[in-house]
Amino acid sequence: MEVKYLKKFRQIVEKMKKGKEGYLFIAPSFIIFMIFTLFPIVKSLIISLFEYDLSSYKWIGINNYLVLIEDKVFLKALINSFLFALFNVPLTIILSLFISITIHPKKEASKSFYRAAFYLPVVSSIVTITLIWKWIYHPIFGILNFIIENIGFNRINWLGDYDFAFPALVIVLLTISIGQPILLYVASLGSIPKTYYEVGRIEGVNRLQEYRYITWPLLKPTTLYILVMTTIASFQTFAIVQLMTGGGPFYTTSTIVYQLYTTAFDFVKLGLASAMGIILTLIIVLISVFQFKFLSTDIEY
Amino acid sequence: MKNKNFSSVLASIIVFVLAILFLFPFYWMLTTSFKSQTVAVKIPPEWIPVNLTLNNYINLFTGPALRWAFNSFFVSILTVFFVCFFSAMAGYAFAKKEFWGRNTLFWIMIATMALPRQVIVIPLYEIMIKLGLTNTYESLILPLIAWPFGVFLMKQYTQTLHSEILDAAGIDGSPGFKIFYFIVLPMVKPGIGALAIFTFMSSWNDYFWQLIMINQDLMKTLPLGVAGLQTQHTKDYGLIMAGSTIASLPMIVIFLSFQKYFQSGITMGAVKG
Repeated sequence: MEVKYLKKFRQIVEKMKKGKEGYLFIAPSFIIFMIFTLFPIVKSLIISLFEYDLSSYKWIGINNYLVLIEDKVFLKALINSFLFALFNVPLTIILSLFISITIHPKKEASKSFYRAAFYLPVVSSIVTITLIWKWIYHPIFGILNFIIENIGFNRINWLGDYDFAFPALVIVLLTISIGQPILLYVASLGSIPKTYYEVGRIEGVNRLQEYRYITWPLLKPTTLYILVMTTIASFQTFAIVQLMTGGGPFYTTSTIVYQLYTTAFDFVKLGLASAMGIILTLIIVLISVFQFKFLSTDIEY
Repeated sequence: MKNKNFSSVLASIIVFVLAILFLFPFYWMLTTSFKSQTVAVKIPPEWIPVNLTLNNYINLFTGPALRWAFNSFFVSILTVFFVCFFSAMAGYAFAKKEFWGRNTLFWIMIATMALPRQVIVIPLYEIMIKLGLTNTYESLILPLIAWPFGVFLMKQYTQTLHSEILDAAGIDGSPGFKIFYFIVLPMVKPGIGALAIFTFMSSWNDYFWQLIMINQDLMKTLPLGVAGLQTQHTKDYGLIMAGSTIASLPMIVIFLSFQKYFQSGITMGAVKG
């Protein structure tokens, strides 16, 4: 038995020697990856089982998770994160698909104008976008309230109002979400062979049927990718919350990542914050797996 | 036929209006940045600014903004260099070299890409404190080099090269690194171009991690510095918008000059992403 293992071990060593160059080539990336990504992932899981404030570790098992389940503020943030995704993802897909289909047949010059216009918020720093919108939403001097008042409505305290703060942030989130999907959809639309539509026209299908039976099915892999990516990004909403509302009013705009940040870096409860990170990870992984499993059944790559 | 034209004209109009709505915030940022504090808060607002001033920019650049801009450029450029070089090396090995455990190691790297980065932030913070790296450039660069997206992208790209060319070079006994440097690297240039732009963008626009690592004013990057402006000068919207303009301008210029790379980078990353 032992001899067998020894033999196998020798074979592996032999193989590793042959592949020496391969290891050298991946070494810089892989070593940094191990220290600054892989190790922290494992460590995060461990920290979540401790009470930890940078100076002392105290083992408390799954207590952090039990605390979170009963923490109303965290649950509110959890629900808000779901709501951000629930509003942002469908709106992003509908809007970007509509825009892409509309600009696809246009001339290259105007196509690139539109692509640039909708992609601008993606390349601009999230801080910039947030500050501009904060200025637009300003309760007294904001341009939005000026317009609203001029068409005969009362001014609204967009970011301070219980009912308006959340939708106000969804709009900002939406403006940074649709740029990438538009580029993807436009590229995919360009790769659909024209003959498909020609055949369709001979068969006498109308525009709507064309979208329903030719365009939409062929765009499905792209849509699935956009769906997963936008969902993940929505769950990670942080900067717009931190800079615009600080989670308020009354936690109506707080998200998991915002709670994680304040718990870890304002209150130095690193174990509790790690547990939040693990919960966020589980949610994201579960949703992604779910989306791939149930939506990719009829997709052929 | 008439109906079809009507609906597509209507769609075009809606998209045009949407584009204007998307561009307006940038117009508003730019025009506000040239307004003095009193003009910026005037009601009714000056839609087309008449009383222009450069004071906001002068104030910013006589303050620490120049240093913030330098920090942003320095960190982003170094990050791009290391990410591109290391990813091209690893991508080449994963695509063309035979070694034991190749697929396992590759999939370990790729699997972590699906995880939200926020989950590693706390242990990473602990590591940086232990290494004494808080408030340093290294603390901003290292975690970005460790993110495996570049390796994935370069592996996909290198795979499309024909192995015969590389083998032919190997026959006359050129050592591996020479083959990589003189043959592989020039061939994967377009892939590196796309990767470089995305890395630059994610480094330049990084905020979450930088916020955790940096609290000294002189070590701040532009996003951090500009975000700080709004707490120090709450009411000076001209100044805040000038800062925002400076923080976003370099990326906008890069985007407008390299639009093609953005397109190819995004679609490359999406291939069975």
